[in-house]
Amino acid sequence: MVEIVLENVAKRFGPISVIEGLNLTMRDNEFTVLVGPSGCGKSTTLRMIAGLEDVSDGEIYINGKPVSHLEPKERDIAMVFQDYALYPHMNVARNMSFALRLAHYDRAEIARRIEQVADMLGIRELLGRKPRELSGGQRQRVAMGRALVRDASTFLFDEPLSNLDAKLRTQMRAELALMRQRIRKNMIYVTHDQIEAMTLGDRIIVMSKGKIMQAGTPEELFKRPANKFVAGFIGSPSMNFFDAELASNDGPLAVVGDGFSLGLPLDAAGRLKAHRGRPITIGIRPTAFQVVADGQSAENAIRAPVVVSEYIGSNSIVMSEIGHTQVTIDIGSDAPIAVGESVQVRVAPEAIYLFDPATERVL
Amino acid sequence: MPTTADQTTLHVPQGPALGDAPSRPRPHTGRRARRGKRLLNRSTPYLFLLPALAFMGVGLLYPVCRSVWLSFQDWKLGMAPESAVFSGWENYLSLLRDPNVYTSTGVTLTFAFTVVVLEVLLGVALALLLERPIRGMSLFRTVFILPMMVAPVVVGLIWRFMYSEQFGILNKIAKAVGIGGVPWLSSQEMALTSVIIADVWQWTPFIFILAMAALQSLPASAIEAARVDGANTWQTIWHVKLPLMMPVIIIATLLRLIDAFKVLEVIYIMTDGGPGLSTEILSLHIYKTAFVSQQLGRASALSNLLLLIVLALSVALFVFSKARERQARKVAM
Ligand SMILES: Nc1ncnc2c1ncn2[C@@H]1O[C@H](COP(=O)(O)OP(=O)(O)OP(=O)(O)O)[C@@H](O)[C@H]1O
Ligand SMILES: [Mg+2]
Repeated sequence: MVEIVLENVAKRFGPISVIEGLNLTMRDNEFTVLVGPSGCGKSTTLRMIAGLEDVSDGEIYINGKPVSHLEPKERDIAMVFQDYALYPHMNVARNMSFALRLAHYDRAEIARRIEQVADMLGIRELLGRKPRELSGGQRQRVAMGRALVRDASTFLFDEPLSNLDAKLRTQMRAELALMRQRIRKNMIYVTHDQIEAMTLGDRIIVMSKGKIMQAGTPEELFKRPANKFVAGFIGSPSMNFFDAELASNDGPLAVVGDGFSLGLPLDAAGRLKAHRGRPITIGIRPTAFQVVADGQSAENAIRAPVVVSEYIGSNSIVMSEIGHTQVTIDIGSDAPIAVGESVQVRVAPEAIYLFDPATERVL
Repeated sequence: MPTTADQTTLHVPQGPALGDAPSRPRPHTGRRARRGKRLLNRSTPYLFLLPALAFMGVGLLYPVCRSVWLSFQDWKLGMAPESAVFSGWENYLSLLRDPNVYTSTGVTLTFAFTVVVLEVLLGVALALLLERPIRGMSLFRTVFILPMMVAPVVVGLIWRFMYSEQFGILNKIAKAVGIGGVPWLSSQEMALTSVIIADVWQWTPFIFILAMAALQSLPASAIEAARVDGANTWQTIWHVKLPLMMPVIIIATLLRLIDAFKVLEVIYIMTDGGPGLSTEILSLHIYKTAFVSQQLGRASALSNLLLLIVLALSVALFVFSKARERQARKVAM
C-alpha cells in the first residue's frame, strides 16, 4: 500500500520557477501518466519524487511520511531516465543487475530476473554488450530493463519508449499493459504519446508550464476537458478551435462565426446566460464532423473546401479552411476527397465544446 | 586523414609540369600529373612536420646518441675529447659489479613507487572529497595546487628549512607536543621518508587536478542512476565513479611514475643523497658519477639504463592511451 502525495510542491532553479504549487495524489497501485508539452516540468516532477532534485517549497509524502530529507535509495523507487543513464563501464547484464547486487540478491535469483525481463524486452542477445555498442532504442530498452528487474514499490518512467520504432513501441506498450496487470505497483509514466497515455493510464495528468491543467481518467479528459489547453492536448488529431459569438438572448441558442452558424443543445441555455451576445471560443474534434451527402440539407451543416487531403488507409484526414480558420476534419472511411473539391459536414450540437475566451475554461 | 590532406593541397602551388592552375585543379589531368599530385597529397603532412622533426633530431636524438656513444668510452671530465678510449661494454659491466648502483636502484624504485602510490591515493581521495560544492572551495583548490607551481629547487629549500633540526618548524611543533626532536634528514632511517613526504606534498596536486577534471566530466546521470539503484556514497564511488575515472588515473599514474624516476633537484638540495646512500636516487648517482668522480662514460652508461626504464614506462603509457583512443572512437561511432 503506497500512496504518493505532492503538496504545494514548487521547484525553482535560481530565479526560474519551473513548478508552481503542484498538488497531486497518486493512489496505491495506480498507473499515473504525466503528459504535457516539452519543458513543462514532467521530468523535474519525477526527479523530485525520486529525490534527485530538492523541492523548493511544499512537501512530498510517500505513505503519509514526508520524504524531502530522504535520499533516493531510501524512497524505494526505480526509475527509467529520459536519457537512459546507463553505466557506461558495465555490460547490459551488469547494468540490469546493479541494484540487485547492491541489495544482496542471490545469484540465481538475479540471473532469473534478468533473463525474464530481457526476454520481455527482446534484449537477450545484448546482455554481454556495453552501452556504447547499442543503438538508441536498444539502450532505452536496457534502461527499462534495469528498472523492471527491481522490487521497488514505485516505478518512475520518463518517456521510456520515445526512441523505439512504431512496431516495437506498440509491442512494448502491450508488454507494459500486461506487466501492469501482473504486478500491481505504483507507476508514474511520462510520455508524449497520446495512445500510450490513453491506453496505459488509470489517470492522466496534463501539465503546462509547471502547473496541472487537469487530472482525470482518460475518458474524463477526452470527453470533459476542463479547459481549452486540455481539450487541445488530448486527442489526436487535436480539437479545432474557432472564434465565434454567442447569439444574443432574443435569438436562438447558437454560435455564429466566420463562415458558419451552429445551433447548441437547449440544455446549455442556463449556463450560457451570462455570455449571450458576447465572444466565445468553440471547439470541435476532427471526428465530430459527419459528412452529409451533397444536396441533402441538414441542420448545423458547414461547407468545407478541401485544402489538403491525407488518406491514411483506415480513414481520411482533410484540412480545410472555414472562414479564416484552419480546420482538420476526419471524414472516416469514406473515399478520399480531392483537393479543390469541397465537402459538406454537420456537427451534432452536443459535440460542440464552448470556452470562455478570456479564462479558456470550459463553459 | 584524407580530408585534411586534400584541403591542404588546395593551397599548395603546383609545379608548372603539372600543367594545372595553382588553385583550381582541372577535372581531367594526365596520369603523371595525377601521380605527382597524389605524391604531394601524401607527403604534405610530412612536409609540415619537417621543421619539428629537425628540431627534435638536434635537440633530442643527438644527445641520446651521443650518450650511447659515450657509454662505450673511457673518458674523464676535463680531459680532451680526443683522449677518450673505446672500452666496449666495460662501463656497463662495472655498473653491474658496483653494489652502490644496486643500492641506488633500490632507493629509486622505493622512492618512485612509494611517492606515486601515495600521491595517487591522496590525490584521488581528495578530489572525491572536495568534489561537492562547498563554500570557499574554489579558493582552497587554488591554494592546494600551489606546491606544484613552485620551482623544484625552491621546494627543496623550503623543506630543508622545515626539516632543520634546530630551526625547523616541524621540530618546533614536535617539541611543543613533547615528541622531541626528529632527525628528519640526518638519520638513515628517516631521510628517505622525509624526502618522500616532500615529493608527495609537491605532486599530489597534480593527481588531484586530473582526478578532479575526470570527476567533473563523469556522466552525471549515471551517478544519479546509481543513487536511485540504492548505492550509498561509498558504493557509488567504488562501483561507478572510480571505474569511470580509471583511464585518467592510469595515465596520471604513469606520468608521475616517469617523472618520479627522474627527480633530482629536490633531493639534491635536501640531502644530496645522504646520509650515506639512503636517499641517493639514480639520477643523483649519475650526476655524482659524472661531475664528482668525473667518469663520463660510466655516467652515460648508467643514464642509458635509467632511460631504458623510463622508456619502458613511456611505451606503456603510449600503448595504453592508444588503446583508449580506439575505444573512444568506437564510442563516437
Ligand atoms: N538544472 C536546471 N536548471 C535550470 N533550469 C532547468 C533545469 N532543469 C530543468 N530546467 C528547466 O525546467 C523546465 C522543465 O524541465 P523538464 O526537464 O522537467 O521538462 P520536461 O517536461 O521533462 O520536458 P521534455 O518533455 O522535453 O522532457 C524547462 O524549462 C527546463 O529548461
Ligand atoms: Mg523530460
